[in-house]
Amino acid sequence: MRAYVIRRVIAAVFLLLVVSAVAFAIFFLVPRLGGANADDLASRYVGKSAGPAQIHATAVRLGFTDPIYVQYGRFVKGLVLGADYDTGPTTEHCPAPCLGYSFLTQNPVLPDLLDRLPVTVSLASGAAVLWLVGGVATGVLSALKRGSGFDRAAMGVALAGVSLPIFFTGLLSLSIFSYSLGWTAPGGTNPMDASTPWEWAYDLILPWITLAFLYAAAYARLTRAGMLETMNEDFIRTARAKGLPERTVVVKHGLRATLTPILTIFGLDLGLLLGGAVLTETTFSLPGIGQYAVVAITNNDLPKVLGVTLFGAFFIVIANLVVDLLYAVVDPRVRTR
Amino acid sequence: MVSAIALSAAIALSLAACGGNSSSNKSTTKAAFNAGVNKVFNASDTKGGTLRFANSGDWDSLDPADTYYGYSWDFIRNYGRTLTVFKAAPGAAGAQLVPDLAESLGKPSADAKTWTYKIRKGVKFEDGTVVTSKDVKYAVERSLDKDTFPNGPTYFNDFLDLQGYTSPYKDTDPNKLGLKAIETPDDNTIIFHLNQPFSGMDYFAQLPATIPVPAAKDTGTKYKEHVVSSGPYMFQSNQLGKSFTLARNKYYDPKTDPDSGRKALPDKMVVELNVNADDIDNRLISGALDIAIEGTGVQPASQGKILNDAALKAKADSAVIARLWFTVLNADVAPLDNIHCRKAVLYAADKTGYQRAYGGSTGGEIATNLLPPVIPGFQKIDLYEAGTKPDGDTAKAKQELAACGQPNGFSTNISYRAERPKEKATAEALQQSLAKVGIKLTIKNYPLADYTKLYAGKPDYAKANKLGLMIYGWGADWPDGFGFLQQIVDSRVIRPAGNTNLGVKIPAVDALIDKALKTTDQAEREKIWPEIDRTVMENASMLPGVWAKGLLFRPSNLTNVFVNDGFGMYDYVTIGVKQ
Repeated sequence: MRAYVIRRVIAAVFLLLVVSAVAFAIFFLVPRLGGANADDLASRYVGKSAGPAQIHATAVRLGFTDPIYVQYGRFVKGLVLGADYDTGPTTEHCPAPCLGYSFLTQNPVLPDLLDRLPVTVSLASGAAVLWLVGGVATGVLSALKRGSGFDRAAMGVALAGVSLPIFFTGLLSLSIFSYSLGWTAPGGTNPMDASTPWEWAYDLILPWITLAFLYAAAYARLTRAGMLETMNEDFIRTARAKGLPERTVVVKHGLRATLTPILTIFGLDLGLLLGGAVLTETTFSLPGIGQYAVVAITNNDLPKVLGVTLFGAFFIVIANLVVDLLYAVVDPRVRTR
Repeated sequence: MVSAIALSAAIALSLAACGGNSSSNKSTTKAAFNAGVNKVFNASDTKGGTLRFANSGDWDSLDPADTYYGYSWDFIRNYGRTLTVFKAAPGAAGAQLVPDLAESLGKPSADAKTWTYKIRKGVKFEDGTVVTSKDVKYAVERSLDKDTFPNGPTYFNDFLDLQGYTSPYKDTDPNKLGLKAIETPDDNTIIFHLNQPFSGMDYFAQLPATIPVPAAKDTGTKYKEHVVSSGPYMFQSNQLGKSFTLARNKYYDPKTDPDSGRKALPDKMVVELNVNADDIDNRLISGALDIAIEGTGVQPASQGKILNDAALKAKADSAVIARLWFTVLNADVAPLDNIHCRKAVLYAADKTGYQRAYGGSTGGEIATNLLPPVIPGFQKIDLYEAGTKPDGDTAKAKQELAACGQPNGFSTNISYRAERPKEKATAEALQQSLAKVGIKLTIKNYPLADYTKLYAGKPDYAKANKLGLMIYGWGADWPDGFGFLQQIVDSRVIRPAGNTNLGVKIPAVDALIDKALKTTDQAEREKIWPEIDRTVMENASMLPGVWAKGLLFRPSNLTNVFVNDGFGMYDYVTIGVKQ
């Protein structure tokens, strides 16, 4: 087991390196292939009255004049050993793993990300609970009452949920529930400013529901399909023949078998969201990692983009690892092997 | 070239004062469309409450040494006091300079190379220490360090007699006050030594870089996290990139601030950053927010909603901005190197389509020439029937095409910034209208952030990729002829990349600009701007599109609201909240 985990972790580190190299190349190599030189790149990061001398000085300061591999090497070195940055009056050390300093705001990236992580975790975890419970329950009920009015209605709503983009449902729900009815918090409310857990949940309930709506739909359909298949299996008939109560048959034997693929997807989805729910955070103006990523990309702020990319990739890798380990819990066949 | 640009911009500053008639005494309490333009809406002196701002983006920096956004310069007057300041007053009076931290405007030497300011007595920082001339000197010194503060303007770098001085952070003087270009003989006197005579020093004295910074509290790039206030408000909390809150600075004494027009009515100001732009509009309309701080107007979706509802429209102001949306005709790309082909484009273009692309008459007026009407010296010059045949004159266009030797038209490319739907609509409108005379346009879009740096603003790229028409827009820092025109029509500002002049190269225009630089008489100088404007139009180098307006929304709980012409948006130091 330990060897397995170690092997997975090494693979994960390698994967993160590849991801960072690709992100790096997109931002640095591609413009160069398009004919941009170091000064052209640097001119993104100076004020509008900057002359050629200042632009060149900026290019040197940001290291654009070095060959690409030196720049990437410096980034990796910062990750492993940390780096030093000039703030003007003092020099500041950015301890490992140093994701670099923003080209524009001249702040270290990692503290920014950690500062924003609670918002993203709050959003993702709350929404995940809602969509997992809501989606799976709906799916199970639909499967058990296949063809009924409930099944058709639930699957219809699920289809709408998958189809409607969040910047539409988000703005619509804000307009109705926050601005017309006044039931929920307005956009831009930072849940981390809340003084009580109750207030925190109140601030987040609308983003939770909106985000969960999108995901729950997929989970409901997935669960329904899985349950329909499982409930026709021989072992279900056997369980019923043994005289087990229907509840035990459905939950312990039917649902458990269905959960394996759902868990896989859930791990990936949650990992992805922890790297930033880009659309939801942007729509509701939540200061999380996803919003940070959007702003960074718009401003060509490469260290931030790289930071978010690595952060997101890290969560996906971790989530995958956890899911693989959880298989053992859900699926007895994996355990015995 | 840096100093040439700076010089012209500086001259531009010096002209901003010519605003003329003051209308600051007018006010109204009746909610109506444009009730906040040229007059004060809901005049009040009632203090208290919280003023809520939201920004769909973020500041370049809150540090006075490192900021170059119009709304930032409007807002910064809340937490900092510059030597001089644009008066907080409605209408043209907003473009007048008055003393702020200084007792009076600057006193020049006979050769206008040395300028002396007296600092007011009794002005204090938020910690109670008295502001001295040395704090102002230190502030200007640090603003010179463009490695640490790359965003701010470079006027002081270009005009002070630096003698090699680069930064207080590399200063060997124990007090970090080694810059010889600024003297501080006593705590209330500051003397600037320039490297050339310059009569517009008072315009430099209003730059945020003159907001005093106590050297002991300077943390370089981190100073933006807590700027030490010298104005009526101070930072209570600041979460970079998310939000910040200003509370009253108890050491601010209104008696030391008789000229600026600051009101300091609300007890608190809350500013949210990176807020969804559509959500900002919805919150403004619902009353959950007070001001969209960028001051560029509501989004297209809300614009329709507001204009079609009388109650909402009465809460809106159409602010005229010193900005032109235009398209450059690139003479580097054949057959547009022939003036007749360029004239054909100007005649054939559907000017109403251009205006529609920017939201119709709310988005702005159809422009007949370059200078926006708010700029002193403005003259309407209509050489291509934009006023009489706004849909385009195909007959005239065909005549010009024949004269150009392309009677059946020609093909070329048109570029726009991908993130700007209005520019996309413009490209499509031009594509349709020019097709009527056989001019075939292929539409190309490029990312906004790199448009001037790698694509349209890079002459080699534009020529190689045959960008015959390039859609763009330009606004001046202040409403003024020189500041507006020079960066878009002076051929000598064209560099290898990163241009805002996308290809206007007319020797006569360059000569006129030089003439303006030497003309000290203001009235005479103001006659030169329309001359430049006319020359560019006669040369058919640009297709003027729309003189911009922004539709600002003014929620009914606000008092003392007006558009400051100097900024083209609401004045942020006078607004109060109804109690």
